[in-house]
Amino acid sequence: MRIEPEERSPEIRIKDFKEVNKGYRIEEAIKEANRCKECGLCIKGCPVEVDIPGFIRAIKEEKFQKAYKIINEENILPAICGRVCPQENQCEAECILETPINIGKLERFVADNYSVELDRQIKKNNKIVAVVGSGPAGLTASNELIKNGFDVVIFEALHKFGGVLRYGIPNFRLPDEIINREIDKLKKMGVKFKKNYLIGKTLYLEELQEKFDGIFISVGAGLPRQLNIKGENAIGVYFANEFLTRVNLMKAYRFPEHHTPIKKGKRTLIVGGGNVAVDSARVARRLGSKVSIVYRRLREDMPARNEEIEHALEEGIDIKTLLNPVEIISNKNGKIKEILFRRMKTVGKTEDGRNAIDNTDEFIRIKTDIFIEAIGQRPNKMISNKENDLKFDRWGRIVVDNKMQTSLKKVWAAGDIVSGAATVIKAMGEAKKASASIINKIGG
Amino acid sequence: MRNQMRNQIVSKDKLGKNIYSFWIHNPEIASHYSAGQFLILKVKKEGERIPLTIVDINLKKGNIQIIFQVVGLTTKILSEMKTGEIIPDILGPLGNGVETKENFKNILFVGGGIGIAPIFPKIKEFRMNKKIKNIDSIIGSKNKDSLILINEIERYVDNLYCMTDNGSYGEKGFVTKRLKKLLKDKEYDLCIAVGPLIMMKKVVENAKKYKLKTLVSLNTIMIDGTGMCGGCRLSYNGQTKYTCVDGPVFDGYKVNFDELMKRNRQYEDSECKLEKKIDRKRDE
Repeated sequence: MRIEPEERSPEIRIKDFKEVNKGYRIEEAIKEANRCKECGLCIKGCPVEVDIPGFIRAIKEEKFQKAYKIINEENILPAICGRVCPQENQCEAECILETPINIGKLERFVADNYSVELDRQIKKNNKIVAVVGSGPAGLTASNELIKNGFDVVIFEALHKFGGVLRYGIPNFRLPDEIINREIDKLKKMGVKFKKNYLIGKTLYLEELQEKFDGIFISVGAGLPRQLNIKGENAIGVYFANEFLTRVNLMKAYRFPEHHTPIKKGKRTLIVGGGNVAVDSARVARRLGSKVSIVYRRLREDMPARNEEIEHALEEGIDIKTLLNPVEIISNKNGKIKEILFRRMKTVGKTEDGRNAIDNTDEFIRIKTDIFIEAIGQRPNKMISNKENDLKFDRWGRIVVDNKMQTSLKKVWAAGDIVSGAATVIKAMGEAKKASASIINKIGG
Repeated sequence: MRNQMRNQIVSKDKLGKNIYSFWIHNPEIASHYSAGQFLILKVKKEGERIPLTIVDINLKKGNIQIIFQVVGLTTKILSEMKTGEIIPDILGPLGNGVETKENFKNILFVGGGIGIAPIFPKIKEFRMNKKIKNIDSIIGSKNKDSLILINEIERYVDNLYCMTDNGSYGEKGFVTKRLKKLLKDKEYDLCIAVGPLIMMKKVVENAKKYKLKTLVSLNTIMIDGTGMCGGCRLSYNGQTKYTCVDGPVFDGYKVNFDELMKRNRQYEDSECKLEKKIDRKRDE
């Protein structure tokens, strides 16, 4: 049987922002590792191709630092990926066992407890690369590049590093200390971190082109998608980005000790079905609200990770399906009062196997104080503000070739600015690909 | 002189009651700035991010000027910082500069309260355009103590009209009182107004009667200032716009002021809690 690490009980955990899953104890990890047949099918499910059977074998042999080194060869953020990767759709989906090996939790176990600094003699190549954005893609590229002799400077617009890991993912899924540790490691390796630099405003891309041998753009999908329905600017309506940023980056849940406030409703509705929707719901729950997630299809169609949906349900969050918001109704003070939803119906399947939906003529109203829109993010084109020929597609994504190179010489891009809104590990995979091209083109 | 650090306070002046001017060293912001842009700063680890207009720059020294009024905890803490200290976080320049190339000949500036500070860089910028024949300005505030930049603005404008609510300086009354007279007597082809939302709303209402194009510069609640959170949004001609990336300067005719006033007040309860925190700090 697949072994699951202990989780903090829902009644306790909804009172704080500490991590839900406690992680494996040593005996549990070894026991779980021993289930593995080491067939290696899982590797093809991993966007960064970690030698999964290799590190699991090392756990079996109780050579935990060796396990860490094996993971770290391909993945520099194992403590983060062990927590936030959708393993069930990636490595674990490929597992030949009926109940797949808990690869994510094993990765986390190794990364949390046996992290070692790799002692490398690096021969400098006297080339310097600017990395724009300190999210997962930026951190991965920095690691790859510094390992290969480059000097690296990361520019971050916010006052803390980590990008979406910092402002997007709540602490009960990814504690700040974990992000800090990975960043400290890169600092020790010699990566220079510069905060409060918004490229396109504080410095222009053209200036970076003059000063650096190469540029790697990983600015993410930093614009919220909105429903564009009536009443959206009512008080109590948040885009998930704002709601999560207030709590995760600004620590509004510790107001007034931290000075950024947040609205805590008696009742919160979240629209959307992805991880951001579920994260927002669980944050609202921890702020003391009664919470419902409202999704226009069925629960089985929600793109959020199953584990997170399960956690949300345990925490008393309910999921209402086949409802599509059409209007936000507010009172005279501009405060939200209720949401008008149209009932939807399923009409067969879409190409990707999810339920297709269509309108019905039925409507319902649900009262709420807070309404959070978590329906996706778009790329932020801020970097193109000044005259430059950086090419974007019609969705605002940077156009790259198969080596992640942009339309500009010596400028590469990866992550959500290239692929729209995707996963941490996909961004990391692309960053590795771009780094390989940078090393090849200008490393010499 | 010793080398200055990024974000170091170079000089500090008290301009009026609870109103301060800081010059801060930040060469990158200075060299990328255009009039009308703002910055976001954070005064301590637990602090909030607040937007402030960049009032002036000194390119040679790499310094930027902000002027602010103590209205909450962040501005209170900021006002207590001393020359030589470093402000932990400053991001900028943000937003768009105001366009000065269009063919305007007679311009009227209206500044209210701390909104007088943001009109000053715009007045200077427009003055450099030699095609502009006349620049008038009305500035107003509660009383003499909070009426700032009188001498500075006077140097750049043809006519300056000062108003105070209680008549302690200039004419008694709101800026709109003088505005109504000027609109009747003179012909302008552009009005730029910055101040409390209610003032900008009234200026727009009056200017509309004379079909006078009116630009306003908005100061909304913000967090990141890069378009990421959407907290600074407003209804603009029926569409949603972000103050941070689409503004801060907007066509006043299209701004839904009533909605924005409500949005800007949405954290008033929380601000009260922070006020209490200030009071506790004072008692200690």
